[in-house]
Amino acid sequence: MGWFKRFTDGIQTATKNKKEAPDGLWHKCKSCNETFTFKELKDNFFICPKCDYHNRIGSHDYFDLIFDGKFHLHFEELKSKDFLSFTDLKPYDERLTAAKEKTGLGDAITVAEGKVAKKTLVVAAMDFTFIGGSMGSVVGEKISRGIDLALSLKCPFMIISKSGGARMMESAFSLMQMAKTSAKLTLLAKAGLPYFSFMTDPTTGGVTASFAMLGDVNFSEPKALIGFAGPRVIKETIKKDLPEGFQRSEFLLEHGFLDFIVHRSELQKRMKELMLIFKKDNQTTPTEAQQTA
Amino acid sequence: MVFLEFEKPLEKLYEQLDKINQIAEDGDIDVSDKVAELEQKIAKRKKEIYSNLTGWQKVQLSRHPERPYTLHYIEGMCKSFIELHGDRAFGDDTAIVGGIGIINDTSVVIIGHQKGVNTKLRQYRNFGMANPEGYRKALRLMKLAERFNMPVVTLIDTPGAFPGLEAEERGQAEAIARNLFEMAQLRVPILCYVIGEGASGGALGIGLGDRIFMMENTWYSVISPESCSSILWRSWDYKEQAAESLKLTPAHMLEFGLIDEIIKEPVGGAHNDKDKIIKTLKSHIKKELNNLASKNIDTLIDERIAKYAKMGEFTVAK
Repeated sequence: MGWFKRFTDGIQTATKNKKEAPDGLWHKCKSCNETFTFKELKDNFFICPKCDYHNRIGSHDYFDLIFDGKFHLHFEELKSKDFLSFTDLKPYDERLTAAKEKTGLGDAITVAEGKVAKKTLVVAAMDFTFIGGSMGSVVGEKISRGIDLALSLKCPFMIISKSGGARMMESAFSLMQMAKTSAKLTLLAKAGLPYFSFMTDPTTGGVTASFAMLGDVNFSEPKALIGFAGPRVIKETIKKDLPEGFQRSEFLLEHGFLDFIVHRSELQKRMKELMLIFKKDNQTTPTEAQQTA
Repeated sequence: MVFLEFEKPLEKLYEQLDKINQIAEDGDIDVSDKVAELEQKIAKRKKEIYSNLTGWQKVQLSRHPERPYTLHYIEGMCKSFIELHGDRAFGDDTAIVGGIGIINDTSVVIIGHQKGVNTKLRQYRNFGMANPEGYRKALRLMKLAERFNMPVVTLIDTPGAFPGLEAEERGQAEAIARNLFEMAQLRVPILCYVIGEGASGGALGIGLGDRIFMMENTWYSVISPESCSSILWRSWDYKEQAAESLKLTPAHMLEFGLIDEIIKEPVGGAHNDKDKIIKTLKSHIKKELNNLASKNIDTLIDERIAKYAKMGEFTVAK
């Protein structure tokens, strides 16, 4: 007789809980385990139709979502290099090559210029798939040049954050990108050009502690992880379990660090509203006002 | 005296020296030759040890329990000093201290991380790990400096911003980000000195300025070697290797153009001659403030932003 005995005959796993679907055809929701066709998911902005989980998407998906049709990319010629010869378990050089091959992207951020509500907007969007969306010299430089572009076009600037923080393999250079991007953002403020900071899952570390928190308007997708220290580090420090929903968008809204949370299906509409409200030459001069009166 | 692991050879020599002095006291014997010989030996050994420190050894020295902290420098340098407390919103952070004082006849605002000198005080100072209200107090004092045209001097010495639950609730990230934004445009000169540990955003949160200096036995990095080891090597055991890989020493930082100058410390570290290092810092501040005093403030701010805009290494593909 065998050691194990089957109590009930037949396959007991419900079809909806069955794992592993072929890539590209089916998608199983990470949050509720429900399975959908990839097309269903895509038509729903990569949001789970059942539980509303916002799947992580890339910079180009956001560009498609936000801009009125076409847009063009800037500063694609900037590439990271392993100038410190940094080696942990793998040389940084190899990590860069692997990330480029895997994602087809130049680095963890892409800058695009296009129209929203027929007005020009420069957007810098991060990609988590590229070394965890980490910020090294290229990310800082692209943001810096994106700001210069917005200044020269006299248009608003937007950053879509999605990052684990600073890129350790560039050590102090990564750290200084926090100072660099924050310092450059002051130039937009001085020129009276709005800066929109849109945080998506996840936005942590040096990215949150610099440009992500500095928006004239700070907003995020629902349930995105947003914080300075990672939840694991905090848990180890305080040696207690973290409350549910800690460091999620709703938590940040409640504590006063976000202006609002926007559902991805409403993002385009909200961006148009922002672009229309923050219009140039808003005030009529007193003399004009008097004349009309 | 506290000896670090790589200082053990010195410990033996000092023990010998003590013994000889003891003998001399007890027996009234002239040992001056022996003492001189030993002292020479110690000096030679010190030179050997300290002129060739690894990244990890610099990290250890920067954390030496006898090293002078912000309040030591303030007390030693300032003709008068009044500590100012609180962020006017939540509370007073004990891990960042600040206030108004006079150094070399110039009124200044000094802000720095503060560690404790014994177990009880180390806890009281939260090991120099600031909460958001610390960064907000620092910003309040910088705004005060701006209003009354006083230069700002910051002293950096932190293992990082505190990764606590309440720190997140009160916006640790926002507090640091806001300081970077405001310091970039502050309309008075800012001098920043790394006097101990320069860990990550917690250090940078009071570290954006016109001139950045590091003392000889300090470090500056995006992450501490221990945390870097735990994340990239998935083990705490590679801290020495991480310290080398991160290239976090003052010499590296100077080579990279991320700091302006290295401040020389007494042989064996700042704690070996506190009066001397305080004097060194005081005269350095005087010199630097004189250099910046004649500058037009708008030019200074433009240069400050240009300085940071230049930081970064990358290639431009054709």
